[in-house]
Amino acid sequence: MNRTWVTPGGVHPPENKHQSMTQQIGSLPIPDKLVIPLSQHIGAAAAACVEVGQHVLKGQLIAEAAGVVSIPMHAPTSGTISAIEHRPIAHASGMLAPCIEITSDGADSWIEHQGISDYEHTSPEKLLEIVANAGITGMGGAGFPSAVKLNPGRQRPIDTLIINATECEPYITADDSAIRERAGEIVGGIKILSAILGHPHNILIGIEDNKPEAIAALQPHVESTGISIVVFPTKYPSGGEKQLIYILTGKELPAGKLPADLGMVCINIGTTYAIKRAVIDGEPLISRVTTVTGEAVGTQRNYDVLIGTPVSHLLAHNQFDQERCSRVIMGGPMMGFSLPSAEVPVVKTTNCILAPSYAEIPEDEPAQPCIRCGMCAEACPVSLLPQQLFWYAQAQDHDRLEAHNLFDCIECGACSYVCPSNIPLVQYYRSAKGEIRQAHDEKIRSDHARERFEFHKARIEQAEQEKEAKRAARREAAQQAKSATATNGSSGGSSAADIIAAAQARAAAKQASPEDQRAKLERTIAATEQRLQLAEEKLAEAVASNSDKQSVFSAAVENTRQKLEQSKSKLAELAE
Amino acid sequence: MAFKQVTSPHAHSAQNTAKVMQLVLLATVPGLIALTWQFGWGSFINIALASVTAVSCEAAIMRMRGRSVSFYLRDYSAVVTAVLLGLALPPLAPWWIVVVGTVFSIVVAKQLYGGLGYNPFNPAMIGYVVLLISFPIQMTTWITPLALLPLGTVHPGLIESLQIVFSGYTPADGVTGATPLDTFKHSSGLLADQIYAREPLFNQAMLAGAGWEWVNLGFLLGGLILLSQRIFTWHGPVGMLAALTLMSLIFWDGGSSSSPGSPLMHLFSGATMMGAFFILTDPVSSAVSNRGRLVFGALIGVLVYVIRAWGNYPDAVAFAVLLANFAAPFIDNYTLPRTYGHVDRRRATEKEDQS
Repeated sequence: MNRTWVTPGGVHPPENKHQSMTQQIGSLPIPDKLVIPLSQHIGAAAAACVEVGQHVLKGQLIAEAAGVVSIPMHAPTSGTISAIEHRPIAHASGMLAPCIEITSDGADSWIEHQGISDYEHTSPEKLLEIVANAGITGMGGAGFPSAVKLNPGRQRPIDTLIINATECEPYITADDSAIRERAGEIVGGIKILSAILGHPHNILIGIEDNKPEAIAALQPHVESTGISIVVFPTKYPSGGEKQLIYILTGKELPAGKLPADLGMVCINIGTTYAIKRAVIDGEPLISRVTTVTGEAVGTQRNYDVLIGTPVSHLLAHNQFDQERCSRVIMGGPMMGFSLPSAEVPVVKTTNCILAPSYAEIPEDEPAQPCIRCGMCAEACPVSLLPQQLFWYAQAQDHDRLEAHNLFDCIECGACSYVCPSNIPLVQYYRSAKGEIRQAHDEKIRSDHARERFEFHKARIEQAEQEKEAKRAARREAAQQAKSATATNGSSGGSSAADIIAAAQARAAAKQASPEDQRAKLERTIAATEQRLQLAEEKLAEAVASNSDKQSVFSAAVENTRQKLEQSKSKLAELAE
Repeated sequence: MAFKQVTSPHAHSAQNTAKVMQLVLLATVPGLIALTWQFGWGSFINIALASVTAVSCEAAIMRMRGRSVSFYLRDYSAVVTAVLLGLALPPLAPWWIVVVGTVFSIVVAKQLYGGLGYNPFNPAMIGYVVLLISFPIQMTTWITPLALLPLGTVHPGLIESLQIVFSGYTPADGVTGATPLDTFKHSSGLLADQIYAREPLFNQAMLAGAGWEWVNLGFLLGGLILLSQRIFTWHGPVGMLAALTLMSLIFWDGGSSSSPGSPLMHLFSGATMMGAFFILTDPVSSAVSNRGRLVFGALIGVLVYVIRAWGNYPDAVAFAVLLANFAAPFIDNYTLPRTYGHVDRRRATEKEDQS
């Protein structure tokens, strides 16, 4: 039995998971049109490699990864590319982004594909390449390219592989149902992960105690594999990467570090299934399990949904009642975001479409004043003081916000959930983070501009000073000469020595700096060289025309050459 | 299909500010019952008068500020302030004492600072202290507890109590008297044992002082209910009670003639339990973090003892709480919790110092 640790804070919202677990994972008719966003992940958007009008087969590459931190996209079914343009995507802002639209031909015919059965004798590099080429991202949350995560580099050896089967958000049962029905394939995926990571010492599947059936389904498959199932009490948000690492290992991920820095890799359990399909079956990631739930849909269950399926297609096949629906949420009720329209497609990170009734999730009540009751601080899983962050966010006091570790907020929503005054705390934090980032960028920009300006000013000042110094030196020399003349005048005549001294002083002033001398010499050399060339040309002309001035020109050439050599030797002396 | 856009989290717990305030009101019932049982109807009348005044003041100010009156009255915060002040005032105090105190609490201490959530000081305690400084005679006239009433007399009934409150007629001697803390403070030439033997306030009591110990037990019970409902954490009350116990143990002096009194007397006399569970737990004016609240409570415990033992006032919860309110931002600066993934705690003003 593995020991577990208890995170601070957390909340226990009603789970509402049983509604969608009455049936097995279903499938839906193929929609007429599928919309595949080119960015479904963290990193660079994929680059489309098909053209409008082109026919593609199921599983065919339609967009290539753009760089290391990126993923390719594949056609979820066979059909014709009918558009490559900006479409509304699953984003809280309702923004448009580049997408590829496929009009299905209904045949759903696969491209030729082949997996490898003998992954144990395949090099980790080759396996990583398969994972990368299959377009696999983390399917639980942010959507980080899995191949990047699984390749932490030699200087960071991995001794712990954590499989996140927590699924702590209410309503969502995508992982739960996948484990119940596909435990064997999932464990197969975990074994492949283990091979890629060089067989880490610990392989832990973290799962909450509200999924006894899933645990029972996994049990027979992990026996004598070295994989441990670690069960811990249900509490939101135990499924956050940082929280799960602490629960399973008692270690905290230091601020600004990655799990790999602690020798850990954390992978969502849905992703392990996709990895198994990619490696063993040769199938890219083109579908995923998504929960369709909430009282505003008639059937609440899990579906194996093609990536790119419009949410409207899911709703239409589940007797969606818009009259009863208070909002449509992609994700769960704690961290999911409400969709602006149902035309948005399902993407690789879409674990749930929640269509709650007004009774389930009523309209938000107006916010009351914060009384600093501290219930939010009791609920915070990372030990922040949400009430203070709220006050400083209102005051836009960025220094205080950073001193109160605003950027350690994981936006889990536990504080807003418990707030008796209905204050949308997380929204304040998101907006404050945005403001601070923007202020930071602006500061960098203005710092650059200031540095440039100051350098420019300094350069002009220096030039000015040099000129002034020269002027002063000349003035002083003139003064000395004058006073020398004056002294001599008073003593009744100038001596030769005095005149020489004055001349030397003038010469010294003129030669104030070796740079000046060098510059002068260089100018002389350049001019002399020009003259020499000219003279040689004239000499050549004279020779050609057999002129009587040949001797004159040759003397001039000789003369100029000597002068040039003199100057060059002077310059060489000076350089020494 | 277009849908309503709402920010996450979408789910909310059923808790709301009004429910929290209602629970606080409910939790004062054991204390109120003890007060009424031991000292007659006076506290009951105080609460009624204070509540009517508070709600009227709050409504008037909200109207002046152009805010929704019903929305702000529904949070019950004005009623909580009124009830706490009503419980703290001496039973059968003249009506204008209650009204002046409540008006000051709501209008000056709360609304002039910006209303609920913005007041730096505990409004009920501001009202109390204003009254104590301005009207010391009315504020230090306490009713004799039940056990000490002369044989054959009872506390005035409800009608008679109302007459006393509204006529300004002072109750006869024998019905009013000193409090245990008062008595102990002014018996300086005697050993503690002698005071306990001589004074009926003590020799008629089990723990600390006739009548008062019941009131304190009542508030302790109410406080424990709130604690079990997680309305506040244990840090503030435990900080105060532990500091008070520690101070009274250190200076107990074996009950000599200069002893300021036993830990039991300090814990179960005066406003100790009400202060610990209903006054310093006001989140608005207290320190913020759990550690901060522990320090905040301990500071109040020490101040209560210092003023009781060596100050001019027999009890000191109101003064101690207000002084600690002053210190709360300072305490907050040094008591931030350690955030996940950070080695050390930070200070609230860390960034400002650097720049």
